[in-house]
Amino acid sequence: MELLVATAIGACTAAGIYLILRLRTFAVVLGMTMLTYAINAFLFVTGRLVVNLPPILQKYDESAVYTDPLPQALVLTAIVISFGMTAVVVMMALGAFIESGDDRINMPEDDRVMPPLKTIDDQSEAEDEKA
Amino acid sequence: MTHWLIAPVLVPAILGPLMILWMRHDLLQQRVFGVIGSLLTLVVAIKLNVMAAGGEIFVYRLGNWSAPFGIVLMLDRLAALMLILTAILAVIVQLYGIGSGWDRKGWHFHSLWLFQLMGVNGAFLTGDAFNLFVFFEVLLIASYGLMIHGGGPMRLRAGVQYISYNLAGSALFLAALGTLYSVTGTLNMADMAERVAMMPPEDTAVLRTGAVLLMLVFAIKAALVPLHFWLPSTYANAPGPVAALFAIMSKVGVYAIIRFFTLVFPSDTIVETIATDLLLPAALVTLTLGQIGVLGTRSLTRLAAYAAIASIGMLIISVARFDAQGLTAGLYYMLHSTLAAAALFLVVDMIAARRGGDFWLRLRPAIRHTGLVSALFFATAIAVVGLPPLSGFLGKLMILDATRDDPWMAGIWATILVTSLISLVGFGRAGSILFWKSHELDTEPGNDTDEGERPAPGPIPTKLETDEPIQDVDDSAAPWLAYLATGGLLAGSVALTIFAGPITGYLQETADQLTQPALYYESVLQNQEGTR
Repeated sequence: MELLVATAIGACTAAGIYLILRLRTFAVVLGMTMLTYAINAFLFVTGRLVVNLPPILQKYDESAVYTDPLPQALVLTAIVISFGMTAVVVMMALGAFIESGDDRINMPEDDRVMPPLKTIDDQSEAEDEKA
Repeated sequence: MTHWLIAPVLVPAILGPLMILWMRHDLLQQRVFGVIGSLLTLVVAIKLNVMAAGGEIFVYRLGNWSAPFGIVLMLDRLAALMLILTAILAVIVQLYGIGSGWDRKGWHFHSLWLFQLMGVNGAFLTGDAFNLFVFFEVLLIASYGLMIHGGGPMRLRAGVQYISYNLAGSALFLAALGTLYSVTGTLNMADMAERVAMMPPEDTAVLRTGAVLLMLVFAIKAALVPLHFWLPSTYANAPGPVAALFAIMSKVGVYAIIRFFTLVFPSDTIVETIATDLLLPAALVTLTLGQIGVLGTRSLTRLAAYAAIASIGMLIISVARFDAQGLTAGLYYMLHSTLAAAALFLVVDMIAARRGGDFWLRLRPAIRHTGLVSALFFATAIAVVGLPPLSGFLGKLMILDATRDDPWMAGIWATILVTSLISLVGFGRAGSILFWKSHELDTEPGNDTDEGERPAPGPIPTKLETDEPIQDVDDSAAPWLAYLATGGLLAGSVALTIFAGPITGYLQETADQLTQPALYYESVLQNQEGTR
């Protein structure tokens, strides 16, 4: 079982990282989701893997065995946070796509290269051309 | 148990939503209550500083559960110091946001501001590693909103990049926490520290992995090379006041590094040596790269962003050994560099606004109020580069002094001194293009000898980039407030210089407290009367 879980986490992480490196928003969002799944599964097993045991401490039964409840609480929090974050990144990616016309993550040329000065003359010429 | 400890988180947490619910459409009310909220956190921060100055460590047990099981907030001198620094910066920069008119370029500026404060304050106070993650997410999600405030394709694009980078960082954070939890079985920092100390040195392989993962996460937040890639575009495209507030965000990463590697992995564990071995070279490269960026960049906002990267490098050089003297110098430089970096972002924003939104380093006709703005730029440059008489010089001197007996001393001194010269040249170049040559442009129209950079003489260009909303100085509500805010940050730098003696004394005590973590364990894990 350890091997299966570890393989699943590894595969999810690998897929997530590959998708994030694609530098397109859709792929990146998908990759983030894969990565989050992998991390959540990883968090889940940090309390060691046991089968068929409740995550409950029993006060009166000293010999009772249980699975570690804390990672489960952590995973719940992490899942909620990652859902919220995914929603935010989807909205922002959509906004960026609508405003700038493409879905690349990396900054466009305009961010690094000085654009030519546009003067009032240029603008009036452009308007003249339109007219 | 005093309830003051939770106030820096609660005040913004209550005011922020109320502002969204009740004053959505009334900017004036938002401004008033936003500033009141920031001022309240400042008052609370002062109160907490008075409390912490005695050297006692205060612990707030949420729900009154006993410590390794319940969540705790911890207040020591360092946390109190960071809280007051955050509050001062937030109040002043928020005034700039109002004065420059930035806060009306989009919705909910002031409530997002408060949410950001809540996250930052919580991150400084928490004594629980998982809650550190939660507060990181709180401050990040507010920073996403602030970062794209005002909109525009370039800003949104930079925002998506920023958010993606940080989501990957958050995933890494959880992985680090999971690794540490699987080894130690706890997430309370003091409890984790005790278990780390008990661990036999030959069994620490997984622990060390976790510690290094954690350091990578904090290095992402602090923008330490090689994890700094998100910073230049993000800070360069963020609105001016937001970039200035972000000056404290990168310090959150530094704070977390200091906290974890003095408290959880103190200097006698094997983890510590790994951290030191990795941190110092990274810091030296960060400093060099940042200062070269200052010299090489062609845009004003990027100049400020690279100066911020360089200041982080300088700070980590001093902190990297985690001894009392280095920490003292580092904390002083942290106070200085936060104020100076924020002032630089504000001045850059003022210049860009007066040039019609053009933040590229190129010749333009002289801007309005050029005397006052150039004086502010000059003073800020002195502070950032670290020339006397402002506090950057003292901070740099203290760092040089603290690294005097380091085995790397020659390399550290050479890097610091040479890169200071580089950034001095960089700021000189920027200042001369912005303020001196522009006068030449006015007096000698039609002289087109200057490598084609000089725009054709004629009417003043109106708009440069179609996507950038015009920053109009006349549009601002109260320009004097903007000057006041920038001057206020510089006054902070002056005050740091004048009161360097008492401040250094206080920081010395802070560093001593940090290097003796036994008191934390005692405060958090023992002395728990009355808890369930």
